[in-house]
Amino acid sequence: MLSTEEVKKVAQLARLNLSEEELELYRGQLSSILDYVGQLKEVNTDGVEPTSQVTGLANVTREDIVEKASVDEHERIISQFPAKRKWIFESTGSVHLSH
Amino acid sequence: MNLNQLTITEASAGLEQKRFSAQELAQACLQRIQATESTLNAFVTILSNEAIEQSKQSDARIANGQRHGVLDGIPLAIKDVILIAGTRATGSSKILSNYTSTYDATVIGKLREAGTVFLGKTNCDEFAMGASTENSAFQTTANPWDTSRVPGGSSGGSAAAVAADQCVAALGSDTGGSIRQPAAFTSIVGLKPTYGRVSRYGLMPMAASHNTIGPLAKTVEDAEILFKTITGKDPRDSVTVDREATSYKLQATSLQGIRIGVPKEYFIAGMDSEIEQSVHAAIAQLKELGAQVKEISLPHTKYGLAVYYVIVPCEVSADVARYDGIRYGYSIESDLEYLKDHKSFSLLDVYKDSRARGFGPEVRRRIMIGTYALSAGYYDAYYAKAQKVRTLIRRDFQEAFQEVDCIATPTAPIPPFKIGEKVDDPLKMYLADVFTVSLNVAGVPGLVLPCGFTKGNLPIGLQLIGNYFDEDRLFQVGAAYEQSTQWHLKKPTL
Repeated sequence: MLSTEEVKKVAQLARLNLSEEELELYRGQLSSILDYVGQLKEVNTDGVEPTSQVTGLANVTREDIVEKASVDEHERIISQFPAKRKWIFESTGSVHLSH
Repeated sequence: MNLNQLTITEASAGLEQKRFSAQELAQACLQRIQATESTLNAFVTILSNEAIEQSKQSDARIANGQRHGVLDGIPLAIKDVILIAGTRATGSSKILSNYTSTYDATVIGKLREAGTVFLGKTNCDEFAMGASTENSAFQTTANPWDTSRVPGGSSGGSAAAVAADQCVAALGSDTGGSIRQPAAFTSIVGLKPTYGRVSRYGLMPMAASHNTIGPLAKTVEDAEILFKTITGKDPRDSVTVDREATSYKLQATSLQGIRIGVPKEYFIAGMDSEIEQSVHAAIAQLKELGAQVKEISLPHTKYGLAVYYVIVPCEVSADVARYDGIRYGYSIESDLEYLKDHKSFSLLDVYKDSRARGFGPEVRRRIMIGTYALSAGYYDAYYAKAQKVRTLIRRDFQEAFQEVDCIATPTAPIPPFKIGEKVDDPLKMYLADVFTVSLNVAGVPGLVLPCGFTKGNLPIGLQLIGNYFDEDRLFQVGAAYEQSTQWHLKKPTL
């Protein structure tokens, strides 16, 4: 069983603000899921390569060409900003600010 | 028969012979949607005006003798994780409830080129994470065969829309069974293509090494038509490959010389006995058609789900890192309620509160599992181990396909379950995918088609698994089975 501290730490790493009740709920659910996937331990994988790509592709590259967005696309992207000034998105700084 | 009940091939023939117009066809679907949507809740967004406009353009092309092909004028429903430029795309998530797509997904571009009509965006589990559509932030879709039950998931909206004739066919996405399990639950045909056979550019990412886009349709032939339209290499999805689709003759009703494997690991204790019987009857029918049936073994099958529930959450935790409350989607910074209660907050609060409020429980759960499994000290025990077992699962399939051309299995161990029955127990919900996840883990294609009903009139689906890039074999075997049975002709009464 995971400890509350462990679950708290994971939530912090995942950038999720969870309530005490949620932390407790996820503590139980995560523990049972980790128990379930723990059965992989019984599989002998000595000398087995991990899968990196299922159909055998490796190092697929292409030219990095800049494509111009249409005015429409431009408008659509800007219109999605939760907070903006003209065409620049705005966000709270990493330094504490009063709002 | 109403126009909305037609298959792609039937509707296409009618348009070609000018027996009805594309506009009449679109209208018939929109009327059906209007009449049944309050019961089904299959759509998140209905694009009535756009659909009528597209159907008129199609009619103009037909009138000028410039029809673009078999799909021109055919009305489709699109799972709401696939982007159509200028229209709302939510992924059934609160975090994108007001999001407008800035561009077309590659598959949408191909369908536009083919002249299809887009009726609307269908409901699914949030960001395609789930097996019932109950994880949608907006609504739960009902199964047209029994509206107290789920249609399966995550492409449950697309499946219900096809089964209830709200559309002629649909697109879904499949990461662990999300096309196939709903197809089985609603008695329609669903295809999960080989990994990399269809571009995912413009699909909301969910576990990039498992994710595929595919068709949900009323017949095997319709699924094949859609697949062959959307397949192909795309520089914008680097895992796509250039492979010509070779066509075995669909008309071939004999399966003489085809070797079909039946893996013993797919008939497990605890599975529904009526499903087991129906699938065995379907396999007997394949034999009747000339196929050579033999028992095979895929020894690592039982680890498929565990591999899946390590690797997928790991990938998910990275995929959804983009939702940061800054560039698009739900943000506390534009949430007036939040701003009223919080006079000051930091950038970290923007991330943590926007994500906690924007994501539903299953998405948060997968982010948490993935973050844990990838965190320092646990990587080797979970992620690296799972990727090694994944190699063994792929090897099982590679070895099996040395002996057989195609594998036949059940799709789900249980028939459609009651709405609410499994929501409180994530592990129980995950088990609904036990027969479908291994295909995504390995990357091989799977076709699901109707093969019977339980005594309670609930649909049962047969899953055919093919070798890498051998979708055509699935279409051949599937079509032969379909043409020799009547299951696909049965319709739900709504």
